Amino acid sequence: MGFWWRFNLLVFTIAILSTPVLSDLILSKVDRRIDLTSQIVRITSTLKVENAGSGLVSEVLLAFPELQAKNLVYLMATTNEGKGKTKSSGVSLPVEVANPKGMPPALTVYSVSLPKALGEGDTMSLDVLAVFTHTLKPFPEKITQADIQLVLFQDSAYYLSPYAVKFQSLSIKLPDARIESYTKIENTKIHGSEIKYGPYENLPPFSYSPLVVHFEINQPFAVAQELVREIEVSHWGNVQVTEHCNIVHEGAKSEGEFSRLEYQARPHIRGSSAIRHFVAKLPPRAHSIYYRDEIGNISTSHLWADSKKTELLIEPRYPMFGGWRTAFIIGYSLPLQDFLFESEGKRFLNISFASPINDLVIDNLVVKVVLPEGSRDLSVSTPFPVKQRQESKISHLDVVGRPVIVLEKADVVPEHNQYFQIHYSFNKLSMLREPFMLISGFFFLFVACIVYVHVDLSISKSSASYLAKLQWDEVRATIQQVESIINQCLATHEKIEASLRDLSRIGDVQACKTTRKTADGLLKEHSKELKPLLAFLQSSPAAANILPKVEELVAKERELQERWMAKHSIIVDCYEKKLGGREIENRVAPQQQKVVALRQEVEDLLEYIDEI
Amino acid sequence: MLARTEPINGTAKPKPVSSPMNNFKSDLLNSFSLKSLKLKTKQQELLIRVSILCLVYVLAFITRLFSVLRYESMIHEFDPYFNYRTTLFLTQKGFYDFWNWFDSESWYPLGRIIGGTLYPGLMVTAAIIYWTLRFLRFAVHIREVCVLTAPFFASNTTIVAYFFGKEIWDSGAGLVAAALIAICPGYISRSVAGSYDNEGVAIFALLWTFYLFVKAVNTGSLAWALASAFGYFYMVSAWGGYVFIINLIPLYVMVLLITGRYSLRLYVAYNCMYVLGMLLAMQIRFVGFQHVQSGEHMAAMGVFFLMQVFYFLDWVKYLLNDAKLFQVFLRITVTFTVGVGAIALGVGTASGYISPWTGRFYSLLDPTYAKDHIPIIASVSEHQPTAWSSFMFDFHILLFLFPAGLYFCFKRLSDATIFIVMYGLTSMYFAGVMVRLILVATPAVCLISAIAVSATIKNLTLLLRAKNKVAQTASAKGIGSAKSSSKGLLDQSQPFHRNGAIALLLGAFYLLSKYAMHCTWVTSEAYSSPSIVLAARGAHGNRVIFDDYREAYFWLRQNTPPDAKVMSWWDYGYQITAMGNRTVIVDNNTWNNTHIATVGCAMSSYEDEAYEIMRSLDVDYVLVVFGGVTGYSSDDINKFLWMVRIGGGVFPVIKEPDYLVNGEYRVDKGASPKMLNCLMYDRARGVEIGNKDVKLEYLEEAFTTSNWIVRIYKVKPPNNRW
Repeated sequence: MGFWWRFNLLVFTIAILSTPVLSDLILSKVDRRIDLTSQIVRITSTLKVENAGSGLVSEVLLAFPELQAKNLVYLMATTNEGKGKTKSSGVSLPVEVANPKGMPPALTVYSVSLPKALGEGDTMSLDVLAVFTHTLKPFPEKITQADIQLVLFQDSAYYLSPYAVKFQSLSIKLPDARIESYTKIENTKIHGSEIKYGPYENLPPFSYSPLVVHFEINQPFAVAQELVREIEVSHWGNVQVTEHCNIVHEGAKSEGEFSRLEYQARPHIRGSSAIRHFVAKLPPRAHSIYYRDEIGNISTSHLWADSKKTELLIEPRYPMFGGWRTAFIIGYSLPLQDFLFESEGKRFLNISFASPINDLVIDNLVVKVVLPEGSRDLSVSTPFPVKQRQESKISHLDVVGRPVIVLEKADVVPEHNQYFQIHYSFNKLSMLREPFMLISGFFFLFVACIVYVHVDLSISKSSASYLAKLQWDEVRATIQQVESIINQCLATHEKIEASLRDLSRIGDVQACKTTRKTADGLLKEHSKELKPLLAFLQSSPAAANILPKVEELVAKERELQERWMAKHSIIVDCYEKKLGGREIENRVAPQQQKVVALRQEVEDLLEYIDEI
Repeated sequence: MLARTEPINGTAKPKPVSSPMNNFKSDLLNSFSLKSLKLKTKQQELLIRVSILCLVYVLAFITRLFSVLRYESMIHEFDPYFNYRTTLFLTQKGFYDFWNWFDSESWYPLGRIIGGTLYPGLMVTAAIIYWTLRFLRFAVHIREVCVLTAPFFASNTTIVAYFFGKEIWDSGAGLVAAALIAICPGYISRSVAGSYDNEGVAIFALLWTFYLFVKAVNTGSLAWALASAFGYFYMVSAWGGYVFIINLIPLYVMVLLITGRYSLRLYVAYNCMYVLGMLLAMQIRFVGFQHVQSGEHMAAMGVFFLMQVFYFLDWVKYLLNDAKLFQVFLRITVTFTVGVGAIALGVGTASGYISPWTGRFYSLLDPTYAKDHIPIIASVSEHQPTAWSSFMFDFHILLFLFPAGLYFCFKRLSDATIFIVMYGLTSMYFAGVMVRLILVATPAVCLISAIAVSATIKNLTLLLRAKNKVAQTASAKGIGSAKSSSKGLLDQSQPFHRNGAIALLLGAFYLLSKYAMHCTWVTSEAYSSPSIVLAARGAHGNRVIFDDYREAYFWLRQNTPPDAKVMSWWDYGYQITAMGNRTVIVDNNTWNNTHIATVGCAMSSYEDEAYEIMRSLDVDYVLVVFGGVTGYSSDDINKFLWMVRIGGGVFPVIKEPDYLVNGEYRVDKGASPKMLNCLMYDRARGVEIGNKDVKLEYLEEAFTTSNWIVRIYKVKPPNNRW
């Protein structure tokens, strides 16, 4: 610590000794507010710039000592047009690193380009927001579970500037807790958790007065050493975001025992600096949210969703003490229409850059945007400079891989959570490619099955077993024909039966006779058809086993036919003779019995043959 | 005519009234019977069979997904974590690196040669599925493949069961067997999604090998025998249970020889299968030359030579054509061969060329062996003898269908049914010896029960259908008296058959539906818990999840130095290496009893003695499982007696009676003084009953999970002592 101060002092002595005045600007009023309530230090300065010289000035320089500049992750300057309380923050101004001559090397200088050059005597108000990470140093560096976490913050009580400052003040906002010590110089006041320095008047350029605050802070010091966001766009209506977080607690390191008993009994005293949970503000209508890590799902998370936002509270598997690490993955799906738009025939994706987790410092953020396969003419526009490269990823059903735009940025804070755009063109028909691939895959599978079933794959066409198989197939086909003919015969019998029933009901003898005639014709035809089939079966050796049964079947069927005919003639006869019902019954009865028995036999035989 | 029971519809008047009804009915029947006859019944049956099989295939898969739905897609239990870790290695580094992998993360400081000490079948299978899916451009994660491997193979097993059932009985029995095995709890217990263990694949391989062998015996075809040799190779590569095959098949062949069922078919099938299978199995490094060197495999070799003798005798008999001469020759040859065989075995064993049976093998034959000689085998709960309740739990109605099926098998004895009977009886015996071997018995029980179910239902429906047909034809007659003559006759001769058949059929369906319900219930309630994550019902009926194991492992993974050594009881070794990614002293492989005993010794000594041991093992962290707060019963204190026994087996300093009070094991205030002061007790009970306010001198609490189930202690470096 001591070395650090001394170094700073040394730097500034050199600086003050060697610097000429750069321009004729003076700062008539500087108002600085330092926010130390979280691990991210935000310094908001309101500068009133006045051109005291004669020439036109179009840029204002902002200086930061090197050690601070190293941790400076975000710098934004806006014009501040309004007066007093009705401030209206104007447009943000371009800021870039400048290397003006004669500036001490220990200072990093940024130049803000003004929207219009300042003439002689003109004044202008600027709001500068500078965000720093890793500036709060835990002291002591190691604490036990029972200790509170104390940190050191250092800065200058005077506004460090290459210009003379007429009037300045500084206020430091601390968390609502103990303040161990702070540097006391003239005009130092303390109100609750706020320390005020100033006002100081008429200080020359490069004035510096070291200032150290040592205070308790129990905010989580969650730092993601690496965070990979993967945004995968599917034109079927989904944007899938996956965030791989690798988080470490960069507060005071924990040493000694961890006692679960103490932690559970008095969680706010024993383990007050531990990280218990993170809150992620997801976009509205986020769905299918998951929270897991390498070894599986983590069940400690809660979700609140309404139409404005989706808030996800995630607890790590264990409370994180200083120096402990954890890693997890959160993923969610977003509706495509909220993020993908079309303009001038191209599509563009408009989505936020940084992680949705609150109060997280990201040392190295990698954003990968996976576009659908077949996207062309990619271009990226980001609100701040990022490293950019392109790769490809092979996912489900991809042939050449999806184009992936990789954006990398170091030191990301919530202020970077701005929208960026990716423009690309994509042919709508390419959307159908993957379903088509699936369909054709199944199609070819089925075709292959059909081909396999129908194509004769036997190698030797002349082997005995192959020939036997062929013969047997033929025999089977013939038997099936026989069966179908027999079935037709049986159907004819049914017709005769139906006509007999009609006869008994209506008494139309003539109709019955015509039915008989057509049935006779049909049956004759059937028996004609049967003949060649039977002849083939008799000649074929493969049918030797089944032949007796088939012959029996045909014989029984013929007998059945005869019986039917006999029955038919008897009944018709009786009707013609106008005999009574009982008489008919008596005459028909023997035939009827035989018919039933035969029919049963024929059906049994059919079944038997069918089972072969 | 005697049987005519109905009044004869003689008068003309009622006819018009009744005949429309009759007409309508008979028309319906006519059209129905015509339609069913017109369709090709063969194809219809094929269609039904294929669709049933498809449904069973899907059912077998989805019933195993309860665990994924209840919990998540994760690997279960202990051993599967090792399998998962090795599979991950295989897919990342390739096969050769996997084969030559020396793992320094386990068995510190000894290490373990992974490639030479595992059955690679499961990992290679999963990796091939993974690579195939990747090739087809399905970007799946290897974990998903591993989780779903067991259900996938269970589905395949149902298909094999169908073909096996078809081979030994008929296609009906095959279908029933497929349906039974698809949901049988005995099998589901080892094949739910996430249970990524050797058994998941091995049961498929086992049944597949058996099926192919029976097919080979039935057909005498060299092709089937070859296929069964490859099936055997797959089984050997997948699971140590292959020893069951290599002993059951010779036993079966032996039985066939004794019962005079020797045939050339058997000769071809067995020789091809044995010789090729043996040569293939030697390619697995873990098995190596055991087929010719270990006592467990000698039965197969003996039967192989016996087969040659039989063949030779057959040939001689054919040449001699003289009964008397042959008798003499037979006597001489048999004496000679038996003598030579016995001498060879004796010399082999005496010279140490043939290793004696291993302890595991002994413990199968004699259930009390392990308890007396190898505590480490007896300490595993799944190696305990099976209770009746778990038979009932795992088999349900199959338990009494099994004897019925055996009856049917004996009624229609063939080569195939002899096989299934032998498989059923031997595996049932083993299932009684060890809980985990219920798994091996399950396919046999399902097949034999399927025969019982199928044969019974077939008989009953035949009875019913015969009646129906008569009734149908008779009713179709419509006119008058002739209607019921035949039917009446039949009805009178067998008055109760029909009703009896219906009642029995209903009973059978009731039983089967009960079985289905029982299986689903068991699967969802008992067998779908990953055992890493514990779930309980909260006070308001909500689900409370205890995820302490993963909490602790993840803590180890993230917050300890990458080369930290963790000491824990061996149960948790695989999980610590897989999930915690840290080096462990002992793990579930249990190949070095002394090493485990050292850990057991450390756990059961006084803290200062234990500290010495831990220093000598270079231990950085000690992980213990503690169930005191949540009432989790399988914690380290419950396993403590085994630590004492195993530790005492090697280091006589540890004596079991020191930890017992009047022969009883107590952990409360009445515990023995030695018990109260030993390291394990300090750490497992911590602030619990018996010995409160424990101050640890050489260890400090590094992490405790939110429900206190896992506690991790850091071993203090020695310079802190002064």
